[in-house]
Amino acid sequence: MAGWYALVVVALMLAGFALARGRAQSVAGGNYAGMHSLPSYHGLYTASLAFIPALITFLVGSQIAGYLATQSALSALPNDIQSDILRQGAALREAVNIVRGGPVGAASAEVQSAAVNYASALSAGQWITLAVGVLAGLAGLSWGLSRVSMNFRARNAFEKLVHALLWICATIAVLTTVGIVFSVVGETYRFFFDPAIKGKPTVFEFLFGTEWNPQAAMRADQGDIQTAYGFLPLLTGTLLITVIAIAVAGPLGLFSAIYLAEYASPGVRAVAKPILEILAGIPTVVLGFFAALTVAPYIRGWGETFGLNVASESALAAGVVMGMMIIPFISSLSDDVINAVPQSLRDGSYAMGATKSETIRQVVLPAALPGIVSAFMLAISRAIGETMIVVMAAGLAANLTFNPLDAVTTITVQIKTILVGDQEFDSAKTLAAFALGFVLFFVTLVLNFIALKVVQKYREQYD
Amino acid sequence: MDMRPDPLIMMTTPAQAPTTTPTKVAANNVNVYYGAKHALKDVSVDIPEKSVTAFIGPSGCGKSTFLRCINRMNDTVASCRVEGLIQIDGKDIYDPALDPVQLRARVGMVFQKPNPFPKSIYDNVAYGPRIHGLSRSKAELDQIVESSLRKASLWEEVKDRLNDSGTGLSGGQQQRLCIARTIAINPEIILMDEPCSALDPIATARIEELMEELRHNFTIIIVTHSMQQAARVSQRTAFFHLGILVETGSTSDIFTNPTDKRTQDYITGRFG
Repeated sequence: MAGWYALVVVALMLAGFALARGRAQSVAGGNYAGMHSLPSYHGLYTASLAFIPALITFLVGSQIAGYLATQSALSALPNDIQSDILRQGAALREAVNIVRGGPVGAASAEVQSAAVNYASALSAGQWITLAVGVLAGLAGLSWGLSRVSMNFRARNAFEKLVHALLWICATIAVLTTVGIVFSVVGETYRFFFDPAIKGKPTVFEFLFGTEWNPQAAMRADQGDIQTAYGFLPLLTGTLLITVIAIAVAGPLGLFSAIYLAEYASPGVRAVAKPILEILAGIPTVVLGFFAALTVAPYIRGWGETFGLNVASESALAAGVVMGMMIIPFISSLSDDVINAVPQSLRDGSYAMGATKSETIRQVVLPAALPGIVSAFMLAISRAIGETMIVVMAAGLAANLTFNPLDAVTTITVQIKTILVGDQEFDSAKTLAAFALGFVLFFVTLVLNFIALKVVQKYREQYD
Repeated sequence: MDMRPDPLIMMTTPAQAPTTTPTKVAANNVNVYYGAKHALKDVSVDIPEKSVTAFIGPSGCGKSTFLRCINRMNDTVASCRVEGLIQIDGKDIYDPALDPVQLRARVGMVFQKPNPFPKSIYDNVAYGPRIHGLSRSKAELDQIVESSLRKASLWEEVKDRLNDSGTGLSGGQQQRLCIARTIAINPEIILMDEPCSALDPIATARIEELMEELRHNFTIIIVTHSMQQAARVSQRTAFFHLGILVETGSTSDIFTNPTDKRTQDYITGRFG
């Protein structure tokens, strides 16, 4: 039905375009210079006027048709099913499955008649929607046609419609973000304050607790493992790995950017830059087993020669490989901003008798600082949000430690661990993932805010 | 305030008539190529010390190219090749034993578009002295910054906001800041590449007055599109056309009594 609807609407739009343009051409009689808008603008405007009411009718009509079909299916069901929410839902799903030809068991007579009701109501609703949509589209079309004249400003009117379209797209993007935030905030609120959830921590215990163990003892023989939701070990683990990653990627990325932008010949640059960017395209799961199978044993062996006790899954291994992952973010973006520093500033410095490295250190890098800071912030956000490398290389043990040779875990890894497998969404353990997600979101938001402020402070220092 | 004698003032000598001053820069059969393009053809000229020499000529005639040979800024252009002999005080500046970085400390340059660094006014002027280690103490650096800004006649306008960004000044002030920055390292020669072309007439007049003062201490070479400016500020003028140095002489001779037909056509506005 939706396919037919789309076909009819497209036909309406094409007809509207052709009719309005034809009428505009005949109104102008060849005198296009005396006309406010060219005929094709009249065509576009009329086509839009046909499209908009048809689209609105479809969106509203399909919702109403669905609702009415459900109601009519319900009326066929006996009273005892109607009053029980769970059984009602099951019966409705069964009826819809019958209509769609899906897998059905031996359905009762009531469900069969509900399915018949549902199918006929839905079909009627859809036909009515189609008819109303075509009428609305025709109405828009004829109104558009009636406005075609020498002086009608179709060009400006169409501009307004484009403006509205762009506004709607931007609004959808913003609303999506808002929706995600609200869903996370809602579940986080339930985690902390819903009295129906058992074994949940207070906000204070969550933020300042030093032990993380969401998995309660299931059976008596598992010992007396206490459930604990202390968030601190995850925070320190996340920070530790992020700091190691930045310590690796910061110097490597920035220095390779300086080399590429200032010293490399065009030939070297043309080869080296794409190769660096390929590094950004390696799936993190591949980097993860590189970390777990190559880097971690190497670090362990290296530590043993110094008599150090290195965990086979260590923060250092995960951090180093994560550093590798974010090098391209830093090097590629920094390279772009360094290239954007005007040549006149470099010339000014060379003309003062400065060497190349003095010029880079004292003129180019300070001028490129805002862009370099935002490159670092993007890289840090990536490192904080990264999951797979840590899962594979740093383990799951929530140790409260700053020793990079120990196993640690991060916020994202715990979210993933909690939500893997079959879950019920009314236990403290599952909801804890939303609280973690909220904290993670908050941390990256603060980082982005800081980056924005830094960039604003130093922006437009050169023109 | 510290009243020690200023190193710049100490080297002041009384202004002499341009024709009797010794030669500072001497060029012999200089040819410049950008890739296959022959941009400058057999240029030979002597530029006298402590005076203003103007290079004039239509766009693309090679005058800026020649200017950038004198401090070897053309080295930063990969496709550029310079042949011939350019000497400063009798020494070949393209001698492989000579470090172009040190040469540029002796030959300052002011560009067409003001290009202050995105730093404070103070740091802009202190940039060169810091790089070259010209001061032993903060007080001495302050002294250099102040005297350079005074010589660029910018001190009175900026003395209360030395920590503001140099890019926040007006165009004319920015250009004087660039001049102050250049004279802070006490060069022997200052090259000016159309220093007033981005400025309004009032700012231009101030820069021209400044050149008149500076020529007592520095050898100034200016590239300009304005023949009035060349006539006002320079003692000697060289006319370039299509990569050839057509004529050179005292400014009054070039403008009142040119020997070459092309020079005459250009200064009377028949082409260019």
